[in-house]
Amino acid sequence: MRATVLVRPKPGILDPQGEAVESSLRHLGFAVSGARVGRLVELDVDAPDADRARAELERMCEQLLTNPLIESYEISVKEVGG
Amino acid sequence: MTARVAVVTFPGSNDDRDALQALALLGAEPVPVWHEEERLPDVGAVVLPGGFSYGDYLRCGAIARFSPAMRAVSEFAAARRPVLGICNGFQVLCEAGLLPGVLRRNASLEFACADVDVRVEQADTPFTESCAPGDVLTIPIKHGEGAWFADGELLDTVERGGQVVLRYAAGNPNGSVNDVAAVVNERRNVMGLMPHPEHAVDPLLGPTGGLPILESLIAAAGARTPVLA
Repeated sequence: MRATVLVRPKPGILDPQGEAVESSLRHLGFAVSGARVGRLVELDVDAPDADRARAELERMCEQLLTNPLIESYEISVKEVGG
Repeated sequence: MTARVAVVTFPGSNDDRDALQALALLGAEPVPVWHEEERLPDVGAVVLPGGFSYGDYLRCGAIARFSPAMRAVSEFAAARRPVLGICNGFQVLCEAGLLPGVLRRNASLEFACADVDVRVEQADTPFTESCAPGDVLTIPIKHGEGAWFADGELLDTVERGGQVVLRYAAGNPNGSVNDVAAVVNERRNVMGLMPHPEHAVDPLLGPTGGLPILESLIAAAGARTPVLA
């Protein structure tokens, strides 16, 4: 299973990186607002089906991939051929 | 008897030697501990030093918390023995759930390196016993991710419980909520701080605001009794 975990700063949490990116984009002349910077983790999960892969990924997020105080996450799983 | 204090070295720690040296300067017997060691030596306190454990990958301290030595440190903390985390050590303790909150990127997004003044808010901890509330200590900071953060409810609990031990007193260098520079756990035997007391013990090298903190820790380590909050 090929999995993607999208980690985002929680809504309402100050995101200085997002602010700096937004301000740089504005300096370049782009009309943007609300920029937030997160993190993308891609990995192969050895699991018999997508549900079990998802359950494993939930545990990974809780134990290591995210800090629940400041981050939320979104998991997507895709079966790869072969 | 000489107080024995362990200093844990993770891959990427770089203030472990200063911590060992400062403890020795103050009359303690420092005991280096490698992160792969599953048991702590016979010590009265533990220091987690500053640096960039595991390259600060993912989040600062997020990977170091799973090292074998950290399991031993958690047990040591559960037995109410004193544990001090400095800078990266503070980040590790937050990630390990031994301290409340989390350290985030500095609000300025810049690495902060300066001597800062911190005010002692709580003197009834093993780390500040030789201070009085209101004392101002000058201690250097050097970090890119030192903005301590807790959300509304957790922040209320920490403030109400008197868990904020040090606050920045003359300008906040990193954007931490409520100017927090150091917090303790509820049982008051685990503290993390962003300033580096181990760099502030010798007048030849600058301010000496780290002395009362390390002296308090060494006294607690020598007493060999659990911290009873």
